[in-house]
Order: sequence, then structure tokens, then C-alpha cells
Amino acid sequence: MLTSDISTPRTLEIRGLSVCATRRGHHIDLVRNLSLTLNTGEILALVGASGSGKSMTCAGAQGVLPPGVISPHGHVLVDGVHLAPRALRGRLVSTVLQNPRSAFNPVRTMFDHACEVRRVAAASPAGDKTAVREAFLEVGLEDADTVMDLYPFEMSGGMLQRVMIALAILSGAPFIFADEPTTDLDLIVQARILDLLSGLVARRGLGMLLVTHDMGVVARLATRVAVMEAGQIVEEAPVADIFHAPRHPATRALVAAHLKLYEGAIA
Amino acid sequence: MTDKTLSSPIRDHGHHGSTWRRLPLVLALTVVVVLLSAALFAPWIAPQDPNLVSLADRLKGPSAAHWLGTDHLGRDILSRLIYGTRMSLGSVILCIALILAIAIPLGGAAGFIGGRLDQGLMRLCDGMMTFPTVVLALFLIGALGTGLVNVIIAIAISHFPFYARMVRSVVMNLRSKDYVLAARVCGAGRTRLFIDHFLPSIAAQMVVLASLDVGHMMLHVSGLSFLGLGVETPTAEWGVMISDARQFVFSQPMLIVLPGLCLLFSVMAANILGDALRDRLDPNNQTGHHH
Ligand SMILES: Nc1ncnc2c1ncn2[C@@H]1O[C@H](COP(=O)(O)OP(=O)(O)O)[C@@H](O)[C@H]1O
Ligand SMILES: [Mg+2]
Repeated sequence: MLTSDISTPRTLEIRGLSVCATRRGHHIDLVRNLSLTLNTGEILALVGASGSGKSMTCAGAQGVLPPGVISPHGHVLVDGVHLAPRALRGRLVSTVLQNPRSAFNPVRTMFDHACEVRRVAAASPAGDKTAVREAFLEVGLEDADTVMDLYPFEMSGGMLQRVMIALAILSGAPFIFADEPTTDLDLIVQARILDLLSGLVARRGLGMLLVTHDMGVVARLATRVAVMEAGQIVEEAPVADIFHAPRHPATRALVAAHLKLYEGAIA
Repeated sequence: MTDKTLSSPIRDHGHHGSTWRRLPLVLALTVVVVLLSAALFAPWIAPQDPNLVSLADRLKGPSAAHWLGTDHLGRDILSRLIYGTRMSLGSVILCIALILAIAIPLGGAAGFIGGRLDQGLMRLCDGMMTFPTVVLALFLIGALGTGLVNVIIAIAISHFPFYARMVRSVVMNLRSKDYVLAARVCGAGRTRLFIDHFLPSIAAQMVVLASLDVGHMMLHVSGLSFLGLGVETPTAEWGVMISDARQFVFSQPMLIVLPGLCLLFSVMAANILGDALRDRLDPNNQTGHHH
């Protein structure tokens, strides 16, 4: 395995990232001058209302913005070294996407997807089943050998999300960007996937950027929280402060909404 | 013959449609198999040299020596028909190869890069698509000169816009898929991305388009050869044979009818197979089979 991460703490910094959409000549800012730092061994939650630019931040840092969206400014530094966004992909940052059902090529098996990741990670030989089996077992896919030969349509959303996490393990990257990893799953599966992610971070000492708009998830997993509004980070604090002493109105609104829902569920 | 039809792969998905409805497909498949074998094994199958002139035997009817008779130079018609398959199939295969070689890079670039390049390429394609393909092919032959190679180039150029547009639309459609984003954030390079995630869909669409065009292209090759623009006259080719036989249309009608029938059956077979393939492979086809 390529994971040398447990021993050496590492940092990933995003500096002054801007993302804008160009529509008929004029620009619309989606992310404005955003900076954040992610350390291995911690879970940094990036929260904010839908459309506040959380996904664009992840995509912008890795240089995978959709057509018509550009990133005019911004740097990425890993351990203080400037890197091109594409150098992050799969090597330093692995990504867990929101909708596991559409994140797999419908005509390729789970094993094909694993090979794709291993090829990038320069793990040799890429087609070796042992490493894939280990990763599948680690994420709780008991019947690893059967799962390898399955196509996406033969699997449940929860299983697919587990495979996506296994792919993150296989990449050997020290950082994970998890963009709303549980939003499209039902509640029980959500809880299991969250346990899995936090266990992974603890065991392997990864650094996770957890994008969510669910403060329940934040309370449960995060070490630090960055709150986004309209493309900017408006507050960044340890998780306890966010719940007990929120400063920005956007943070207060998120916490209030969460408490209201939570009390509603209790009553 | 019965053995062949029974063991044909069509049997395997026999749960829809009656045998009766599948009959055209079985016949088409048989025709294609016969054509392909004739083309591949022409030197072994053909009873005689297709270009062997024997003026003593000219314009003979069917006999033991010449099953389908001889033409105005005493050449064996059956042998000429068999060798003719090489010309028809060979030139169609070359056409399609050339079309794919042009359409996949152009359509792929238009879809991937987008912007001005896409605009420019697609306006060019639109412009070419406004001409009927025969007219455009004739124009190109006028510019390039006659001969089989130029005919193939002309047919390829006049057909590639349809393919390039299809490649572009597949690329545009897939480009916004989550699994392509997932592959990109995994660090897959452009080449791998293209081979693993784009090429299979592109290939399926190309097979459908090409199989529907095969018959059409055969007609082009023979038609242009008939006009004296393609294959040169001594070569055994169906269009050339029809052209050679024009002066004997009343005395020896079989000289025109036989290559005409070959052409007719090949084109029909190609079209029937093309339709069947489209039904199976084209995801947009509502009447198609579902698995
Ligand atoms: N392809 C696109 N082109 C232009 N604007 C987009 C595109 N995709 C999303 N946006 C806009 O970018 C903003 C931020 O989106 P996003 O980062 O996806 O929000 P979220 O915080 O919910 O992840 C939204 O206002 C959205 O309308
Ligand atoms: Mg999002």
C-alpha cells in the first residue's frame, strides 16, 4: 500500500480560490477568494445551504469544473508545495461523490473501476485482486469476490457507496473529499456509511473534507467546521464552538434549523 | 442450408417474434455470410479466371463449363460475380474505416473542446449535409479525378459529417455524466478516459450508423463505377459489368439482371441487418428489445 500517511502529518491548503461561471460574456462568481487548510487525521466539515458553492470548491481545487465554469484564481499547496490541480486527482485526493448510483459507469464492473484507480495510483499489478479484496473487506463488503464482478445496476446505493469508499482506500491518497456522501441514502445506511468514513479517518490517519448541509452529520463526525455562504467562508471554528457559540447569522440559521428538526424528531 | 439457418445466432434470442417474422433476418444473415465467403475465398471458389478473354465463347448461355454463361468477351460471368464481391465489400469497408478515422477525432474534439472549434466544425458538417451525398461525391470526384481510390475518398468525405455529429453528441452527453467526473477525479488521463468511458458508446453508435449505410455505399460504388468514374472497365465489379452489358440489353438481358440481382440482394441484406442491429443497440429506439 502507498499509505505512508499515518506516520507523517500532512496538510493540504487551498489559497484564494475563485470560481466563476461565464455566461454570454459576463461572469457570475460562484466561489470568492476562498482559503482553507485540511490536515491529515481530522475531519473538516464544509457546510452551507444548497448552492452556496461547496461542490464548486471541491471541483475547483481539483481542476474538474463543468464546461462553462472556470477558476481564474487559486493555488493548492500540499505540505507547503505548490501543485497543479490535476496532480491532486487520485494521487493526493480521493473523492466520494454524492450519488453512488450515477458515479459508476453502468457497463463496467466494480473490479474494472478498482483497476482504474489502481492504475493511477501506480499500484502494480493494477489487475491484482488481493489488494482489491482487502479494500472491499475493509469497507464491510463481506462477499468481496462476488462484488468485484457486479455491475452498478446489480447493487444497492449503500453497497455502491461502500465501493466508492473502497476505491478511495485503494488510491492510497492521504486526503478525501467527500461531497455529501450520504445525502442520497436512507437513514440507516447513512449512519453506517458515516461510521465507516470516520473509522477510516481514524485508522488510516486520513484528512477528510466532508461537504454536507446536515448539521447532524457535522455534530457526529467533524473536528472543525467551515461555514459557506454565497461562495465565501463566513465562519470557521472547532465543532463545539459552532454549536454553542455561533457568530455568523448563516451559522446560527443552520444550527437553529438543525435543532428545530432534532426537537421535532424527539417530540 | 437448413443446418445453417438453425445454428445461426438469431436462435439464441428467439423469445420474441415468430420464426416467420425472423425469416428476413435469417435470409439477410445468410446472404452476408455467402458474400463474405465469396469475397474471402474468391480464388478457390471461382471456377475460372474472371478476366480470361475467350472471344470464341462470347455471349454464350449457361452451360456445364460456364454455369451462368459468358459476357461479350467470353469471360465467365459466375467468376466475375464472385470476384465482384471483393470490390463491393472491400471498398465499403475502406469507406467506413476512412469515415471513422475522420469522424471520431473531429466529433470527439468538437464534443470535448467545445467553443469555437465545435461551432466551426459543426457548421462545416451542416453545410456538407445540406447536399445529397451523391451530388457531393460527384463534385469531389470532379475535383479529385476518377478511380476507385478517389471514389472511396469522395464517399467517405460526403458521409463523415453524419458520423462526426453522432460522435459529438455522444461525447457531449457523456461528458456531463457523474461517472465521467468520478473517473476524472480518480486521476484517469484523457486517453484512458476516452478509451474506457467514451469509446464503447461511440462504437455502438458507429456500428448502427455504418450498418445502415453499407447498402447505400455499395450502391454508390457500383453506381459511380457504372458511370465510369470508379472501378476501371476490365476489373470484375458489378457496376462495371452492368455498364459493359448495356449494348446487349435486349439480346442478353441476363448480363444486366445477374449483377443487378447481386447488388439488390446485398443492399437488402445489409439494410435488414442494419435495422436489426439498430433495434438491439440503439438505446433511443422505443420499439427495440429490452433486456
Ligand atoms: N454547470 C454550472 N454552470 C454554471 N453554474 C453552476 C453550474 N453548476 C452549478 N452552478 C451554480 O453554482 C453555484 C454553486 O453550486 P454548488 O457548488 O453545486 O453548490 P452546493 O453548495 O450545493 O454544492 C449554484 O448557485 C449553482 O447554481
Ligand atoms: Mg453540492
